[in-house]
Amino acid sequence: MGAIGVIAVNAFRESLRDKILYNLVLFAGLLIGLSVLLADLSITEHHKVIADMGLAAINLIGVIIAMFVGISLVNKEIERRTIYTIMARPISRSFFILGKYFGLALTLLVNMSVMLAVFLLTLWLYHVPIEPSLFQAVQLMFVEILVVTAIALFFSTFTSSTLSAIFTLGLYVIGHLTADLRAMVANSEGGIGKAVVDLLYYLCPNLEMLNIKGQAAVGVAAAPEYMILASLYGVLYAGVLLTGACLVFQRRDF
Amino acid sequence: MDDIVTEDLSKSYPSGWPGRPPFVALDGLSLTVRRGEIFGFLGPNGAGKTTTLKILLGLVRATSGRALLLGEPAGDVATRRRIGFLPESPYFYDYLTAEEFLGFYGQLAGLSRAVTTQRVDELLQLVGLGEARTRQLRKFSKGMLQRIGLAQALIHDPELVILDEPMTGLDPVGRKQVRDLILSLRDRGKTVFFSTHILHDVEMICDRVGIVMKGRLVANGRVDELVRQDHIQSVEIVCQHIKTEGNTLIHSLATRVLQQGQQCLIVLPSPDAVDTLVGEIRRQGGRLLSVTPHKASLEDLFFHEAAQAASRVPAHVISGRAS
Repeated sequence: MGAIGVIAVNAFRESLRDKILYNLVLFAGLLIGLSVLLADLSITEHHKVIADMGLAAINLIGVIIAMFVGISLVNKEIERRTIYTIMARPISRSFFILGKYFGLALTLLVNMSVMLAVFLLTLWLYHVPIEPSLFQAVQLMFVEILVVTAIALFFSTFTSSTLSAIFTLGLYVIGHLTADLRAMVANSEGGIGKAVVDLLYYLCPNLEMLNIKGQAAVGVAAAPEYMILASLYGVLYAGVLLTGACLVFQRRDF
Repeated sequence: MDDIVTEDLSKSYPSGWPGRPPFVALDGLSLTVRRGEIFGFLGPNGAGKTTTLKILLGLVRATSGRALLLGEPAGDVATRRRIGFLPESPYFYDYLTAEEFLGFYGQLAGLSRAVTTQRVDELLQLVGLGEARTRQLRKFSKGMLQRIGLAQALIHDPELVILDEPMTGLDPVGRKQVRDLILSLRDRGKTVFFSTHILHDVEMICDRVGIVMKGRLVANGRVDELVRQDHIQSVEIVCQHIKTEGNTLIHSLATRVLQQGQQCLIVLPSPDAVDTLVGEIRRQGGRLLSVTPHKASLEDLFFHEAAQAASRVPAHVISGRAS
């Protein structure tokens, strides 16, 4: 196993032994269960409410884990000084960053798989049809979470945990709003406002592109081309951020 | 052959405020550590010891100067395969068991699974943690953490071992074990470079020492060369039944006079005045109990250099003794 693999497996093992993640996944299970109660309260569209709530719970918990564990991935190593003995080994700093990232990605994959299993079980118990669109939605959610993890990791290579959290949360919110903002200023006559929105649109991740929960909940599948394009976009965006994280981390003093 | 060479190594950190001078952590440090020797790197807290070690390991970049380890520039990734490092007050992944922990570092060093398993067994026995192999590190005492830290530094059988305050937090038995371990490393041809402020350990095991004060190397060489142990620094005389109060002869000879009841302790700055003082004691009809010469020690040198640094005398390298 290469150095990236050794670090990734260790990061995965660390999260497996962290009780907080179990609690979050349990919380997701509760939220999915709650969707059944809410569906009972609604007059129509029981199936849609359960599917909607379930997908939202998986998304929410996935993003929380990606954001907060992503932020602490590097900062915790520096604050606890465990980085000293790692960096004294024959591995490059980039391999360390990539190993930590893939370790968390593996953790998120396992967590999302568990949440998806609970979700599918709930759907099955309440006779909600299990449409392929639900799997598409979860696939793009995972891509979104990979992007959020990369954002958190990028900021944590040069700022404190608190600032990383603020920046990551900010970029996450902007990432879901840029498309709407751009649409709003599309018909304006230019000026600074339009230029700023255009800049934000191209610089910030278009996370709304990865959000197909609404249509998935009513069983409308996305075109395969869209799935490929959106997934590629997310992976490339994460790749650019990881490259930036590696470059910044190369120059950092411990 | 020198395993560590630093030439005019400096490190400064910006103050963060415009107009304020940067904080200088290291100021033109030049030293060499020869292959197969134990080199003690001494200095008070904040002198620049850890900064030097961090530069050597590539954890921190020097502002100027250069450092070579095993003939390669400090921070070279491939060279780290031949180096073992124990940081000061190590904090490790406390969710790992002792054997998982060593296995992790073995794999990071590029060892095969089979070799790692074998080395884990050997090192757990070597540092006396064979019984605790399946225990998580969060349940380890400070001394046990220090020992498992040493084991991780040695897991890949490095040629050069760099230890930052390896005796910190250890009881006398633990300290002796670490000393013996360091000596056994030298016997196997390894080079050991360790920082400490425990002077006793340095005097006992080091071939050479370097003393760093305020980021500058102020002394460097063999312990016996540095402290000139044939040189008597002071003489303590203990006697009874003499009157020291108002005795101008005694007070003019002594640097310190302590009268406790019938017994009196007199400290002379050199052996030259011993005969005169003994004559005075006899003249008064007193009884001489002991005459103890005090030779210079590393501690004396250390405190001398610390005083020099504190008084902000321009830093220097002790003439004729430093590299």
